[in-house]
Amino acid sequence: MANLASEFVGIKSPNPFWLASAPPTDKEYNVRRAFEAGWGGVVWKTLGSEGPPVVNVSGPRYGAIFGADRRLLGLNNIELITDRPLQQNLREIKTVKRDYPDRAMVVSLMVPCEEEAWKAILPVVEETGADGIELNFGCPHGMAERGMGSAVGQVPEYIEMVTRWCKQNTRMPVIVKLTPNITNVVYPAEAAKRGGADAVSLINTINSITSVDLDAMSPEPMIDGKGTHGGYCGPAVKPIALNMVAEIARHAETAGMPISGIGGVTTWRDAAEFMALGAGNVQVCTAVMTYGFRIVEEMIAGLSNWMDEKGYASVDEVVGRAVPNVTDWQFLNLNYVTKAEIDQEACIKCGRCYAACEDTSHQAILMKEGRVFEVDDSECVACNLCVNVCPVEGCITMRELSKGETDERTGEPVSDYGNWTEHPNNPGASCAAE
Amino acid sequence: MQNSQRTPGVVPGRLDDATYRSNFDDLHPPLDAHEARVAADRCYFCHDAPCMDACPTAIDIPMFIRQIQSGDPDNAARTIFEQNILGGMCARVCPTETLCEEVCVRQTAEAKPVEIGQLQRYATDQLMAKEGHPFQRAEPTGRRIAVVGAGPAGLACAHRLALKGHSAVIYDARKKAGGLNEFGIAAYKAPNNFAEAEVQWLLGLGGIEIRYGEKLGEGLLLEELQDEYDAVFLGMGLAGVNALRTEGEEHAHVRDAVEFIADLRQATDLSTLPVGRDVVVIGGGMTAVDAAIQSKLLGAENVTMVYRRGRDRLSASTFEQELATAKGVKIVLNAQPVAFNSEDGETVSSVTFAYTEDGATGFKLSEETFTVKADQVFKAIGQSLKGVPGVLETTGGKIVVDAAGRSSISGVWAGGDCASGGDDLTVTAVANGRDAAEDIHAMLTGAAG
Repeated sequence: MANLASEFVGIKSPNPFWLASAPPTDKEYNVRRAFEAGWGGVVWKTLGSEGPPVVNVSGPRYGAIFGADRRLLGLNNIELITDRPLQQNLREIKTVKRDYPDRAMVVSLMVPCEEEAWKAILPVVEETGADGIELNFGCPHGMAERGMGSAVGQVPEYIEMVTRWCKQNTRMPVIVKLTPNITNVVYPAEAAKRGGADAVSLINTINSITSVDLDAMSPEPMIDGKGTHGGYCGPAVKPIALNMVAEIARHAETAGMPISGIGGVTTWRDAAEFMALGAGNVQVCTAVMTYGFRIVEEMIAGLSNWMDEKGYASVDEVVGRAVPNVTDWQFLNLNYVTKAEIDQEACIKCGRCYAACEDTSHQAILMKEGRVFEVDDSECVACNLCVNVCPVEGCITMRELSKGETDERTGEPVSDYGNWTEHPNNPGASCAAE
Repeated sequence: MQNSQRTPGVVPGRLDDATYRSNFDDLHPPLDAHEARVAADRCYFCHDAPCMDACPTAIDIPMFIRQIQSGDPDNAARTIFEQNILGGMCARVCPTETLCEEVCVRQTAEAKPVEIGQLQRYATDQLMAKEGHPFQRAEPTGRRIAVVGAGPAGLACAHRLALKGHSAVIYDARKKAGGLNEFGIAAYKAPNNFAEAEVQWLLGLGGIEIRYGEKLGEGLLLEELQDEYDAVFLGMGLAGVNALRTEGEEHAHVRDAVEFIADLRQATDLSTLPVGRDVVVIGGGMTAVDAAIQSKLLGAENVTMVYRRGRDRLSASTFEQELATAKGVKIVLNAQPVAFNSEDGETVSSVTFAYTEDGATGFKLSEETFTVKADQVFKAIGQSLKGVPGVLETTGGKIVVDAAGRSSISGVWAGGDCASGGDDLTVTAVANGRDAAEDIHAMLTGAAG
């Protein structure tokens, strides 16, 4: 059995599955249920400063995007940070941590961008026995209008400044949660590192409007006839999150910095993918909001089984394993040639590959008598669209041409590795060659 | 309920009211909005979709399913009605398992086709429930066309002609329109007077008049119609019934299945319909299956359907056969009646059958016989053309027509069950009527030779 035990910036948990700071971690009741279900840790829903708590809307807080049969693919929320009194949250955090000492208890924080505000909250959180803090520099709605959340996360100087204040005022590990609502995620990550952050976690939610009520002419979720942008999460955002995690993991200045991966993690496989791209652990939210806490059983069993199959003894052996294979486009092998191949036995003759290729691509699929679809190698550029639109998994595959074999499209034999930097068509290539 | 399933003879009221209701309720309950979206999502929107080719009316099936999937059932219904104005009935009665759903790529992939019929019903029900008719007539042309028969072929023809701005006058022998939709198909396939409602909805287009009680060859003459109108379309179906010519056929309670089915369809109270305790149905087509199943549903204790040839020749679809078996009908193959017996000399009491041999040497009766108890017998061995003027060329008992529906006489078109080339299905009749209307229109407007 693979060992799923995780140690992230010194914080131990029995598995790498944490619940992200969000509605599921707002209360003792929920967090106890999560721990009973088997979650390795939680990031407690974001606390604000002492004083009257924030007020949430009393209309819908969530909007959603659905797939077939109302499978929830994306969720958007306009909920603020915790709307319960600070002292109550602190009491509950302390009690739960006391009762579940082996689980990770990280507390998410968001207070105004003033050192005094951070100095005030850090000791009271530390007093709960929490294992660490996560700085919420990510929420894109509501709190950002008040100069917090993503309003901080979008300015690297602020990230660095606040991170430094925290590192100077607490012994707890500091995780900086990043917003994806920026142009290049490595800048905020670098800033966090300069400020002394122990880790970054990402992504927070993406600014979004999920849909428009075409009768009321209002964005959803609609509050009394009006709507506002909210934070998008769930399976739909996973590709965006994976890229941002990978960019930080392979960027020279931030490489090696611990990353807590967040964004659409729904199954063990998603978690393994985040970890392969450099995440030390993962945080989950939408999946539990959709299916409840029990899904962690599937995640634990699935990750463990896969690790056994692959011979990975511990989580650390998985983390970052795919990072060396994340590269820039310019380094991709332009002499790697594949051709689509259709398995006629598996083909159900729907013709989607034909429609896609004929209408929108390279006219490389021929429709023959009796609805037989065949690839024309002399036109196929190996774009993979046919594979993606084929409803039968494994029916269309890409065959790699071996070296020396003639590519019928170009008439050239497949040659050795060669990328854009040295390609004759690249105006910049000659310098490198000389 | 005075009688039970075991009451001897041909009697009404064998069941209680609730059982009648549930027995004759919708065979397939309609999909609700969510079920429809889920079912629609299974469609792959195939290129040059096989289902479209398999549909005799060539409905753009992937498009209408996509419209349902996008939450637009009204336009889905328009897509259907543009090709098949009786798309509502066809959604209920089409043997989809041998047409569109048989060739669905998901049938190939997982033996579970997209539920095209049910989706078509979902869309058409939605639009038909709304006020008004979805199409508008073109400017009146002043042209008048006579249509004989208010069944699927005639209605489809008249609707398409009216749509083009022509006036259609339909003559029907009965007192009610709809043809086999109204008098023929099984009650549980189109409950709640759907056939009648559909005709009313179709007539909502305008430009169509129906004259009832007008029978071709009996007062209504083809040459008079030719004189009076710009064109004539014949879609009167098969009014005759094939004779069995078996000894004892004259005994009471030996009758034609089509008559029984028509009575059943027109009954306002099913508990008043008499049915035998031991019913025998002779034949292997849809009419035979419908009569057999409905006898069972009316409370007959034993229903036996006997067909003279093997299963491969049975024209009722596998689905229909399975439905019959599931309802408790016993299907006997390779047997032909040789005598209808009567104990009292008046009413039938049993049927004697001979086993048949259908081999290389041809079809013949064997020496071996058996007798089935029967207090009611329905004959369903096919219908025939009746009342057709001798001037029309016929073949195999049907009016000869070309692909456009033109008969051997200029200015006279024909389609549906009375014409050659069809499959005796509602949907092919609709296609025939529609296509003949297009050809008539082309002819009248000088676009065709």
